Amino acid sequence: MTDAPSRRLLPCAAVLAACAAVAAASASAAEPIRIGVIAEAASVAGASIPNAAQLAADEINAAGGVDGHPIEIVAYDNKSSAADSVRAFQRAVQQDHVAAVIASYISEVVLALEPWAGRLKTPLITPGAASDLITHRVHDDYDHLKYVFHGYLASTQIADAVCDAARDLLVGPLKMTTAVVLSEDAAWTIPLDAEYLNCLPKIGLKVLDHIRLAPDTADFTPVYNKIEDEKPDVIITGISHVGVQPTVQWAEQHVPIPMFGVASQATTSTFWKDTNGAANGVAFNMFSAADVAVTAKTIPFAAAFQKKYGVTPSYAGYTAYDEVYILADAFKRAGGTDADKVVTALEATDYVGTIGHIQYLGTDSPFTHGMRIGAGYISGLLVQWQDGKQVTVWPKDVAVGALSFPAFIKLPQ
Amino acid sequence: MLALQILITGFAISALYGRGAVGFTLIFGVSGVLNLSHGAIMVVAAVAAWASASFLGFGRYGGAAAGVLAGFLLSYATYFLVVRPIQNSRAIPRDEKEIFVLTGTLLWGIMIQEAVSYLFSNTPKTVLPLLPGVVGIFGVRTPANEIVTFAISWLVIGLLWLLVNRTRRGKTLIAAAMNPRGLTLLGFEMANIHRTVWAIYGVLAGIAGVLLGAFLGVSSDNVGTLTASAFSIVVLGGLGSVSGSLIAAYVVGYLETVTAYLVAPSVRSVPVLLLLVLVVYLRPQGLLGRR
Repeated sequence: MTDAPSRRLLPCAAVLAACAAVAAASASAAEPIRIGVIAEAASVAGASIPNAAQLAADEINAAGGVDGHPIEIVAYDNKSSAADSVRAFQRAVQQDHVAAVIASYISEVVLALEPWAGRLKTPLITPGAASDLITHRVHDDYDHLKYVFHGYLASTQIADAVCDAARDLLVGPLKMTTAVVLSEDAAWTIPLDAEYLNCLPKIGLKVLDHIRLAPDTADFTPVYNKIEDEKPDVIITGISHVGVQPTVQWAEQHVPIPMFGVASQATTSTFWKDTNGAANGVAFNMFSAADVAVTAKTIPFAAAFQKKYGVTPSYAGYTAYDEVYILADAFKRAGGTDADKVVTALEATDYVGTIGHIQYLGTDSPFTHGMRIGAGYISGLLVQWQDGKQVTVWPKDVAVGALSFPAFIKLPQ
Repeated sequence: MLALQILITGFAISALYGRGAVGFTLIFGVSGVLNLSHGAIMVVAAVAAWASASFLGFGRYGGAAAGVLAGFLLSYATYFLVVRPIQNSRAIPRDEKEIFVLTGTLLWGIMIQEAVSYLFSNTPKTVLPLLPGVVGIFGVRTPANEIVTFAISWLVIGLLWLLVNRTRRGKTLIAAAMNPRGLTLLGFEMANIHRTVWAIYGVLAGIAGVLLGAFLGVSSDNVGTLTASAFSIVVLGGLGSVSGSLIAAYVVGYLETVTAYLVAPSVRSVPVLLLLVLVVYLRPQGLLGRR
């Protein structure tokens, strides 16, 4: 009995090449398909990305994987650095042989990875970066950069979603007429601010000032003082790298003007505790929320995520989860992991995920490989922190509560 | 109105900077150690105050006390686990010990920073204000906590002054800063004095961390900046000089606030760095430095 293996090995030694071929073939039957996940593990928004991807992979594997191949997630922490991300991307492709990469919520990081996706011919999807440049580059240099897909909305589209919500919630019922745009200085807010300045006047909010913050700002007192002097009805935000500090100082200093817009840190469920409840009244844009059935998959995913990790997913968690399914589907339709075939399969994506009905735009759109938006595809939500809970207040058909502000806020009479 | 606003905000920020830097300079003056884990200790104090208030239900005062205690314990840990072993080591040549302590505390600070970001993420945390609400000072809406920050800062510095100038134990600290060899000859145990100064430092850094957490909020990413800001204040004021550090803290605090209000918040630290370059160039010993 004990010499059985050696007896089997003996002929192997004689016909080594043949045996190796057999071994390789038998291994590939169950060989996993690897997806690299490069994300900001230390930040709340980024930590959701590998966790959500893992959750999706577990579900896909439990259901039999991709034609028998399990999906394996290989996670890399990029420490919020573009240089670390590029190294991680090279390692993922060259050493770990991943078939595709899901990466980052920071536009600067994704813009740095974009040429590498082209050079190393590896599909790349970002679950959370927003700069318009990501898709514009694909449009302008399709042959090289066709491997890049935008799994989150472009800043311009996000600004439009905020304007739509502001028109229905602030201009209509609250009779607001003026706003100050407050954004952090980053790649993703350049197109965001441009669109804010374009769409806010159209819905009837005159923009009194446009302030861009250094992302390392710690004391917001001078900023709020300046804004207060200008007496706007609302502060329209574009913040992601900052969030806790401006929120806490806004509440602590009783700045009497509501904050409304994009605030990525506010999308996570830990935001309430991080701010000691100062988040009360902060209103922010999301494309999916734990309490709203955007699609039939949204609430079950958020619940499963919370059960496994103890917190609700950040906005980039929803998209990362969808993207693993989208990639798995593309591998299946492409009949393998050949990069060019996978790109062709991804372009034909027609998938209902947690954030809506996902299709990628073609080269005829300047947002090439960005997601199709609008009714029936992806449309925005407006969520507000109310007494420790994220309550969806817009659009009307899915709202579970009404907009309300803390006592120190003075609304226009 | 703007001038008054600058006056009030600058006051609170300077008081905060002052207390952070006093501990830093005290350690250097008395034991010759440049503690580059200073920022990490402040961050841990703030995060401990936040965590014990929001997860363990300690409340705002209990949380603040837990934060100060954490700063104190971590300061002792820094001394016994990092500084003391290097100072006592026979393997390290005597004249290289300072550089080893410098590197050791720097690495220790990075380890603490990574631990905090691993356990609590690098999202900023804010400590519950000791006194909630706002008060109007000549029409400037000021958070009550800013006044508390200011009062506590000066109370602590006053107590420190009393301790150093009016008690026997405190006087030995000054003596140790002036002439450690002479003090040893008189039969004082230097290790004992070092323990005292690290204990005082821990409490100061703990309070500074907690108040900073309540005033602006801190994240593990701030570790380097906090150390650097204490370091530049101390260099500006003169290494080892407590009153020099206090004056420098007000110079830095007001320079930053004026820049933030009158120029732009994004360039608030630029004039301070220019001033630092100028001081190092023209008066390398700092404002009140002795050497």
